[in-house]
Amino acid sequence: MLAFAIRRLLEALVVMLTVALLAFLLFRYVGDPVNQMVGQDTSLEDRLKLREDLGLDDPLLVQFARFVGNAVRLDFGISYQMKQPVISIIGDRFPATIELALAAALLAVALGIPMGVYTGIHRDSWLSKVFLTVSLVGISLPTFLIGILLIYVFSVWLHLLPSFGRGEVVSLGFWRTGLLTLSGLKALVLPAITLGLFQMTLVTRLVRAEMLEVLRTDYIKFARARGLSNRAVNFGHALRNTLVPVVTVIGLQLGSIVAFAIITETVFQWPGMGLMFIQAVQHADIPVMAAYLMLVGFLFVLINFVVDLVYVRIDPRIRILGRAA
Amino acid sequence: MSDEATGRMANGQSRMEDKPLATRHSPLARFFDSDLLYSFTRSRLVVAAALVTALVVGAALLAPLIAPQDPYDLKTLSLLDANTPPAWEHGGDSRFLLGTDDQGRDVLSTMLYGTRSSLMIGLAAVLLATLLGVALGLWAGYAGGRVDAFIMRAADVQLTFPAILTALLIDGVMLAIFKNFRLDAGKFWVLVISIGLAYWVQYARTVRGVTLVERNKEYVQAARLIGLSPAKIMFQHILPNVMGPVLVIATINLALAIITEATLSFLGVGLPPTEPSLGTMIQIGNRYLFSGSWWMVAFPGLTLALLALAVNLLGDWLRDALNPKLR
Repeated sequence: MLAFAIRRLLEALVVMLTVALLAFLLFRYVGDPVNQMVGQDTSLEDRLKLREDLGLDDPLLVQFARFVGNAVRLDFGISYQMKQPVISIIGDRFPATIELALAAALLAVALGIPMGVYTGIHRDSWLSKVFLTVSLVGISLPTFLIGILLIYVFSVWLHLLPSFGRGEVVSLGFWRTGLLTLSGLKALVLPAITLGLFQMTLVTRLVRAEMLEVLRTDYIKFARARGLSNRAVNFGHALRNTLVPVVTVIGLQLGSIVAFAIITETVFQWPGMGLMFIQAVQHADIPVMAAYLMLVGFLFVLINFVVDLVYVRIDPRIRILGRAA
Repeated sequence: MSDEATGRMANGQSRMEDKPLATRHSPLARFFDSDLLYSFTRSRLVVAAALVTALVVGAALLAPLIAPQDPYDLKTLSLLDANTPPAWEHGGDSRFLLGTDDQGRDVLSTMLYGTRSSLMIGLAAVLLATLLGVALGLWAGYAGGRVDAFIMRAADVQLTFPAILTALLIDGVMLAIFKNFRLDAGKFWVLVISIGLAYWVQYARTVRGVTLVERNKEYVQAARLIGLSPAKIMFQHILPNVMGPVLVIATINLALAIITEATLSFLGVGLPPTEPSLGTMIQIGNRYLFSGSWWMVAFPGLTLALLALAVNLLGDWLRDALNPKLR
């Protein structure tokens, strides 16, 4: 277990360094950092001096090391467009994205698993067909169309829920939450559904496929032969054994949720990191793009790492394989 | 010659004997005789999906002929026509069947041309992803060793991130690099390259897997023995055997690529508003949603959803039809 964890950690480090290298190259070569910082009438000497002060004349490897060192201390430079330190912008935006992502993930799991179990057990009931049709639509419809549709129905037509922003936020130290006010909660509903729908359909289909597979196995037949109740067989024996792949996929999907949050945040003008990133792309704000790349890269690597470890913990077969290898 | 090849030949001969002479070599006749067509006609849903796809593709191809208006021709546009609702609504205009957008462009015509751009970008991106993925997969599987390790590690790293994020990043970087060139034609290629580079991994992994198996078969050993170059073995001998799965991935990827293009354009980093695609149209329409101009979003949105759904269904069918295990 420990050897496995260490090997995974080393691999994660390599991935992180690759991402950092990409972010560094982006930062260093796309657009001239000096040009972005000074006015048009700065003299050439001043520019050269600034270049030297910034260390842009040092060997590339030194610059890269400095970049990584700064990144570890969360120093990503100054945004070209907003003229503030990138990290303070991210600090502002981070809670919004995390709250949205968690709400969406919760929705996906809380609805997706029961729907998957139901469609797995009652294969031919009409409700299963409804669920599966909904899930097909959920997979085929692009996220932003779902968002627009929800806005049209619930905001423009029914005037029930707000269509943009986060509502009122409460400051808890560095974390500004929208979960404690009514307007904040109302504002969360539509974005969370938009973001969670695709994940929910994925969970539904996965749980259904796994249930169908498990329900065919001999130990389920044996459990039925022993006269156990349907409930005990379906939930105690079948569902439990479907959970290994489900946990993995949900874990990995957390990363996708953060990525798809870019789209949802744009549709709903949700002031999170995704919206920040899109605005950075539109204005070629390289430091913000580089920082986002690093941060999301870190998040993904972390999620993958944790999922790997959890996987080993809950599935004894992998542990044995890992020892043999 | 390997057992497999002789077996196939014998099979072909026995089939030929009980067929009339005329149908013997015609590929068309072979197609009509195939399992593929049989499984196609058996499912009504698949036939419907194929019809929808054909309709959308046909309309897009014929756009210059059937569109009532040329949305690229600024002379025919008039701002006085802007925000006209569809013809059957109150205030509609019979010249604009599905209404107009904020520039006075006919929604139907813009949509026909927009679908054309969306399809072209989607196809070009899928082609790029296929070429790249198949070539790298073949190379990794055939060469093995360090080449294999390097390519597959790169694939793993890329797979850590969702494809849409990769496409967005590449798109963002290229836009930042080329921001001084406001070339609208260039954006087409920026999109194609971003989406193509985002989706190569799946091809590479699949092709590598099949290549690893095929590499050790007798026909490849024979080809190597008679001194054929590795490139020739890879592309002429192994490649035909991996085309089935590649075709399936490409079909499903086409739907993904079209959606990705629409998403990028919707996010404002895709095609410019002057060069309509389904995504840009939805982006423009979204701004006018609150003023009640639902038609600017609804029609392109519906087209996009139908097209994606239909292509997805075709891809699913193709996967099942080409998978001998499911027959």
